[in-house]
Amino acid sequence: MSVDETLASASNSLVYSAMAVYTLALGASAMDLAGLGERATARNRRKQQGRQALQAASRQPAVVGAGAAGPVVRTSATQEPVPLAEDGAPRKAAGIATSLTVLALLLHLGGVVTRGLSAHRAPWGNMYEFSVTGTSVVVLVYLLVLTRRDVRWLSTFVLAPVLLSLGLAVAVLYTDSAPLVPALQSYWLIIHVSVAFVSSALFVLAFSTTVLQLVQERREAQRAAGATPGAGRFMEALPSAADLEKLSYRLIAISFPLWAFTLVAGAIWAEVAWGRYWNWDPKEVWTFIIWVVYAAYLHARATGGWNGRRAAYLSMAGFACLMINYGVVNTVFPGNHSYAGIG
Amino acid sequence: MTSVQERRPALPEPPGSDRPAGLGLVGWARWTWRQLTSMRTALLLLMLLAVLAVPGSLFPQRNIDQVAVAQYFQDNPDSAPWLDRLSLFDVYSSPWFSAVYLLLFISLVGCVLPRTKVHVANLRQAPPRTPARLSRLPEHRTVEVDAAPGDVLRVAQDVLRSRRYRTADFGDDRHGPSMAGQRGELRESGNLLFHLALVGVLIAVGIGGLYGYRAQVIVQQGQAYTNQVTAYDSWDPGAYVDGSALPPFSFALNALRVAFDEDSSGNQFGAPRSFEADVTVTDAPGQAPRQEKIRVNEPLRAGGASVYLAGNGYAPVITVRNGAGEVVFDQGTPFLVQDANYTSTGVVKVSDPAGDLGLQGLLLPTASEDSSGPPVSTFPDLRNPEVLFFAYTGDLGLDDGVPQNVYELDTSRMQRVTDVDGQPLRFSMKPGDTYDLPNGLGSVTLDRIDRFAGFTVRHDPARAMALTFSLLAIVGLTASLFVPRRRVWVRAAPATGDAAQGRTLLEVGALARSEDHGLAGEADAVLSAVLARLPARDTDQTPSDKPPRQEEP
Ligand code: HEM
Repeated sequence: MSVDETLASASNSLVYSAMAVYTLALGASAMDLAGLGERATARNRRKQQGRQALQAASRQPAVVGAGAAGPVVRTSATQEPVPLAEDGAPRKAAGIATSLTVLALLLHLGGVVTRGLSAHRAPWGNMYEFSVTGTSVVVLVYLLVLTRRDVRWLSTFVLAPVLLSLGLAVAVLYTDSAPLVPALQSYWLIIHVSVAFVSSALFVLAFSTTVLQLVQERREAQRAAGATPGAGRFMEALPSAADLEKLSYRLIAISFPLWAFTLVAGAIWAEVAWGRYWNWDPKEVWTFIIWVVYAAYLHARATGGWNGRRAAYLSMAGFACLMINYGVVNTVFPGNHSYAGIG
Repeated sequence: MTSVQERRPALPEPPGSDRPAGLGLVGWARWTWRQLTSMRTALLLLMLLAVLAVPGSLFPQRNIDQVAVAQYFQDNPDSAPWLDRLSLFDVYSSPWFSAVYLLLFISLVGCVLPRTKVHVANLRQAPPRTPARLSRLPEHRTVEVDAAPGDVLRVAQDVLRSRRYRTADFGDDRHGPSMAGQRGELRESGNLLFHLALVGVLIAVGIGGLYGYRAQVIVQQGQAYTNQVTAYDSWDPGAYVDGSALPPFSFALNALRVAFDEDSSGNQFGAPRSFEADVTVTDAPGQAPRQEKIRVNEPLRAGGASVYLAGNGYAPVITVRNGAGEVVFDQGTPFLVQDANYTSTGVVKVSDPAGDLGLQGLLLPTASEDSSGPPVSTFPDLRNPEVLFFAYTGDLGLDDGVPQNVYELDTSRMQRVTDVDGQPLRFSMKPGDTYDLPNGLGSVTLDRIDRFAGFTVRHDPARAMALTFSLLAIVGLTASLFVPRRRVWVRAAPATGDAAQGRTLLEVGALARSEDHGLAGEADAVLSAVLARLPARDTDQTPSDKPPRQEEP
């Protein structure tokens, strides 16, 4: 069957439009973060003033109740501060960013679907398509997480890598739409790769939250040592390092069995295609390595003394392996999986 | 689990386990075993396994591509033997890689078996007694209800049971009647199932390696082959395979249909689109033959083995006549495909008492019309086929009894045939052409160009076992990650106070014993379920169930 050129070029236009709207969404979410940063700084300043007022009050009891400072002191001194990003106060920029992200994703998915339709197959037959479809799954998973809890503070750290990958895809990896080579003509391609997409998307999100967790941890350590953390005011508004760690863990915990399934589905497909369910082909090797590294992460988290920071390094190593598996193994290493199709 | 400490292995290491306990061999052995089966060792071995798996993707591996390994030796004559000594071309069967995964699995068994024992004992144990102060627990709810304590506890028991808690009624103690519920043992069961299933996978892989076989055979269009060791071009059996007792199926390749992309531009032009082999299969001598198709991704299952279409190419059919005009060679010769446009190379070996003839051939399925450059093929299908030959005479060495590579010519005892100018003779033919060799050496006729298919035959008796254990592992893993382990205690003490006549102070306390973000919701859910089921005695006193009223006792 030949390729429908109209649909193929429609797909390209949709992907470009999606990128434009993502860019706007990224701008809005960056503004939101900046705004959060402002509010966080103001809150810290208030806290600071409150502390000073409290100190003053303990010296001069007459001041208590003399002004509005009194109740402020009491509430902020007794309550755990809720991260600004989750305190429910209206955030116009964040709302705009989310709406734009939804719009961009619709365009993006349109691009993915038309690409698939143009060649009458699943839209993941080469690196360009992996990138375009994979990034759409990342955004989709982010929006799904968003329906369950307010993680809009994460959007900048989702949209930026997504835009970067899309840019790379259209600029470097682009391949004209075409049918599949026989080796890929299997429904296992659909099962194996689609689960891999979802799982990778979760790992990508977990990577973002892990990086934020490590940054937050540093800032908390600096603060505990009496220093004022430098740049990155917006971090004040984000959840604590411990909460970020929990979120990273949950993302990885969901992704890990999916990756195991990817591995098994890949093995079944290899059996069907090559007559050997496990052949230590480079792509298999790296899929296995990723799985083992995340298994190490889960073990590390369960081992005393390895919690937090050191487990986070393992999760980052897992992500690095994911990127190697995706970017390097397809193109550089010799093996049966050389379907990159880069022109 | 609420704290890091709780997530440690169920078997706490005895104090002083960081050095050998006691003296002598037994002490050392016990110490080593404890180290090996500790969680930290498992973690290190896992990381080591990941790191050691990397070089196998950097260096060509014999199990995947022998040719690439040979090429590596040719390109790096100095370093390759050293790398070979370190098993870097056989990483996954190397002593060091094997050592790590075997240690890992020993550690796993040493860790999981005692845990299984503890777990089985735990399953039969009653939940622990109600703590004196439920308000100390991570989640705690209290509400005063208009019901008798006994009724409240009975309802609480139903609620907990319906939520799959194992319950224990502790009756009345100093703090009032109370009961406990515990659930989520499935989490640990899942964890144990997962780890043991990994052992199962490893065993299945081992069995497949020992009792399975893998073979390759090239079959030209119109030819047949039988499942016998002698019929194969390569034969790779497991250690316990009896090569003389293979299932006696056979099949003939009737036709091989291929399609290449003629529509796309760029690098997709000429890409393969479909390979399909029509075969006639006979499962055993004397049985009725059946017609089957084999495609990539659609193997043929026969005689407990699977037959895969692994490759294809062209086999020029050549007739060679000697100087006396007698036919000395008449058959197809598979050529090896060299590139995406199916430029192929092969050799024809004609042994003749009068003197052997060797032909080195280069096949171009679609020879480029542009004759200025070197000969190239521009499309993989047979659009403008052409075969270029070099000829050699002398001794092929076929009578030495040493097995030869059928794709290479040993020219050590042969001379190149030259043309009238003394240049190496090179002649090009199209199907149907006949070329007369100089010096009365005879003639070569290219009758036609057939296709051949490369089939891989694989038998793995433990395939289903490996799949079963993999799926069990995933099921166990999912349970071990997502089933929450929880304890809930309910206390129903007679309320005290002025208007407390016949009323009960209901307390619910909950404790998570695993990573659990839903504990607060669970405490709320238990409480509201109890409230909803309590018989309403006094309408205006019926407590609202959402959100439950919270007060400190
Ligand atoms: C083949 C190697 C292994 C793999 C792939 C593996 C994988 C995993 C995974 C993915 C988990 C996470 C499940 C969870 O968090 O509940 C886990 C948990 C666990 N593993 Fe392993 N494991 C391996 C070997 C071992 C070994 C050798 C030991 C013992 C020394 C061990 C002991 C444990 C324990 C105790 C847990 C539970 C941690 C907890 O309580 O949360 N594992 N393993």
